Amino acid sequence: MTERLRVHVDPDKCQGHARCKALAPELFELDEYGNAHEAGDGIVPPGLEDKAWLAKSNCPEIAIDVIEE
Amino acid sequence: MSDVSQPAAHPPVTDWVNDFDHTDPQWTDDPFPIWEELRAASPVVHTERFLGCYLPTTYEAVREIANDTEHFSSRRVMVRDVRPEIARNAAPPITSDPPVHKPAKQLLLPPFTPDAMKKLEPRMRAICNELIDSFIADGEVDAAARYSKYIPVQAIAHMLGIPESDSDLFINWIHMILELGIKDESKLLQAVQEMSAYFAAHIEARRTKPTDDLISYLMNAKDKEGNPLEDSHVLGSLRLLLIAGIDTTWSAIGSSLWHLARTPADRERLIAEPGLIPTAVEELLRAYSPVTMAREVVKDATISGCPVKAGNMVLLSFPAANRDPKMFPDADKVVIDRRENRHAAFGLGIHRCVGSNLARMEMQVALEEWLKRIPDFRLDPAGIVTWSQGTVRGPRQLPFLLGKAM
Repeated sequence: MTERLRVHVDPDKCQGHARCKALAPELFELDEYGNAHEAGDGIVPPGLEDKAWLAKSNCPEIAIDVIEE
Repeated sequence: MSDVSQPAAHPPVTDWVNDFDHTDPQWTDDPFPIWEELRAASPVVHTERFLGCYLPTTYEAVREIANDTEHFSSRRVMVRDVRPEIARNAAPPITSDPPVHKPAKQLLLPPFTPDAMKKLEPRMRAICNELIDSFIADGEVDAAARYSKYIPVQAIAHMLGIPESDSDLFINWIHMILELGIKDESKLLQAVQEMSAYFAAHIEARRTKPTDDLISYLMNAKDKEGNPLEDSHVLGSLRLLLIAGIDTTWSAIGSSLWHLARTPADRERLIAEPGLIPTAVEELLRAYSPVTMAREVVKDATISGCPVKAGNMVLLSFPAANRDPKMFPDADKVVIDRRENRHAAFGLGIHRCVGSNLARMEMQVALEEWLKRIPDFRLDPAGIVTWSQGTVRGPRQLPFLLGKAM
């Protein structure tokens, strides 16, 4: 049984590198300054788990959490 | 303060660990083994040159300093032989510290979001193809002088609303500031004055005839209290955009083409799998990061266990951080499909490069258009590749032969 994943961007750490948006556009959104936040409630739809981990492991500010629920 | 009229001597370096110098020809030609030696010695090394300067050698030490704005100020962002008086509104927000940094940065961010860059992309593709048209029939080209140089210069001119035909003027100012300016204060001041006069004239023209460009955008911008920006702030930010937007990406595109000229396997793979180009761009940014920043130590601190004393400068080498094997497996290898890549080419912390989305778009487009039209190219064995010195590293002469080898 695979667990459900949820992504979260720490707004205090995000500096707008926008790597998450490039790698997982379904899971992240950018504000008018280009800083990121999770799309909706951050729940990762089935099939996009790999993209969630990819976004996390490419964030230079270590601002992204992937939570296994 | 120091005597600014006497350029300091730079004897050749014989002891890198205790006497490093990022303007030494050995560093300019091939800095990678030097960084390895320094990293093995200590996470932070020091030189008496440049009136005293530290160099963090590991990714972790670079991150600690970038995130510590209390002990490390951005009021000086270049390691130079001299420490002249701090100019007010030198180039906000790159020269700003908290709390004034954030509002100055937020002003510049909206025009540089990924969505804003998408709108610029068709113009960039046209610029790349116009440049390629100008030399493709010759069978050879200096790709630094004829291609990588003009892509960022025309992009930022387009965004600022200044003539793309003034490109050579901008390039000369940047050379005077970022290379000659390390050792010669008069060259730097002359270039800054000429730039300010140039932009002042463009600002004046827009007072009667507003335009839809970044100069008008900054002229109309308001601070937190709703007041227009001071003229000196507008001029400082315009100087920053021009200086930071040009030889940085020029270098990154040039280094990428230099790598691909010498690595047919990577070239062939990117032609077969163009979808991999954005990932390859990140890896090329990591391996050949062009930009080294600086900080001034304003309070004594400890970085990775090493004491750091106020009054010294810090050479904040994102390029060295990006070659740290503790952070990146096979750090000295270019792995164009590297999956995990938290590289620091655009900096870390609050001073993340405001133009990173522009630079990424330019690099992707420049490589895509080049590889579509020039799939086969190699270094000209009769030519010489030269690299810029100091703050921004990239090829300034890049002689290629175009087409399949006979």
